[in-house]
Amino acid sequence: MELEDIQDMATSVLADPQALQGLRAQMLRFATLQLGDEQLAEDAVQEALIGALKNASAFRGQAALKTWMFAILKNKIADTLRQKKRLGEASALMRERDGEEDLDELFNARGMWEPDERPAAWGNPQESLHQAQFWKVFELCLEGLPGHQARVFMMREYIGLESDEICSTVGVSTSNLNVLMYRARLRLRECLENNWYVKTKEQPC
Amino acid sequence: MLNCKSATGLVSQAQESPLSMTQKVRLNVHLMMCASCRHFSQQIPFLSQLMRAHAQGEDEKARR
Repeated sequence: MELEDIQDMATSVLADPQALQGLRAQMLRFATLQLGDEQLAEDAVQEALIGALKNASAFRGQAALKTWMFAILKNKIADTLRQKKRLGEASALMRERDGEEDLDELFNARGMWEPDERPAAWGNPQESLHQAQFWKVFELCLEGLPGHQARVFMMREYIGLESDEICSTVGVSTSNLNVLMYRARLRLRECLENNWYVKTKEQPC
Repeated sequence: MLNCKSATGLVSQAQESPLSMTQKVRLNVHLMMCASCRHFSQQIPFLSQLMRAHAQGEDEKARR
C-alpha cells in the first residue's frame, strides 16, 4: 500500500462517525481516570483528535490507529498533568482506601504468604505476548484495579512519568506512591496468575 | 529477617528507585530461601514489560 493510501485510510477512519465514536469513548474513559476531571478529560481527548486529524500525514500505518491515537492522547495528558499540579486531589486520593483489606488477606499475621496465595511459577510468560486472548484478560485485570491505584500505576507504567513527577503532580509522598504501586502490582499479578498463567488452580475437581 | 510482605514491598520499590546496599542484601537473603517471593521478583519486572508492550500496540499485533 502506498503511503498516501495509508494516510487516506487514517483520515477516513477518523471521519467515520461510528468508528470515531467507539475510539473516542475509550479515550475518554482513559483520560478521565488519569485526570480525575471530566472537563479536562474532554479537552484532552478533543485536542488529541484534532491533533491527529491535522497530523494524519505523520501516521505511517506501522502501528494500529488506536495505538497511534493513544500515543497522542498520552502526550496531551502528560502535558495537562504537568501544567496543573492538582494538589487539591491528593487528599481525596489518599482517603480512598479500598483494596487494603484484601491485600492483608494475602499474608498471615507474621507477614508470610498464606498457603493458597503463594505466587506460582509462570512457565514461559513471554509466549502470552503473542496471544490475543491473553491481552483481553490483561485489560480486564487492569480495569479491575481500584481508581487511585490504577491512576498512579498507569501514569508510571503506561504514560511513563518519573516517580518524582507523579508525586508532585498528584501531591503524594514517595512512600505513599510506593504503597500505591505495590498494591496495584500485587493485585494485577494475582489477577493474571488466577486468570491466565495458573488457571488450573481455580478449576473444581 | 525480612518477612514475605516486606520482601515483596522491596521488590516493587526497586522498580521505582534503586535499593540501598543493606536493602538489597536483606532482600537477596530472603529470596534465596523463599521460592514464592522468587517467583514474585521475576513477575514484577515482567508486568512492566507487559505494560510497555501494551502501550506499543503488541496487543493489536496479536489480534491481527
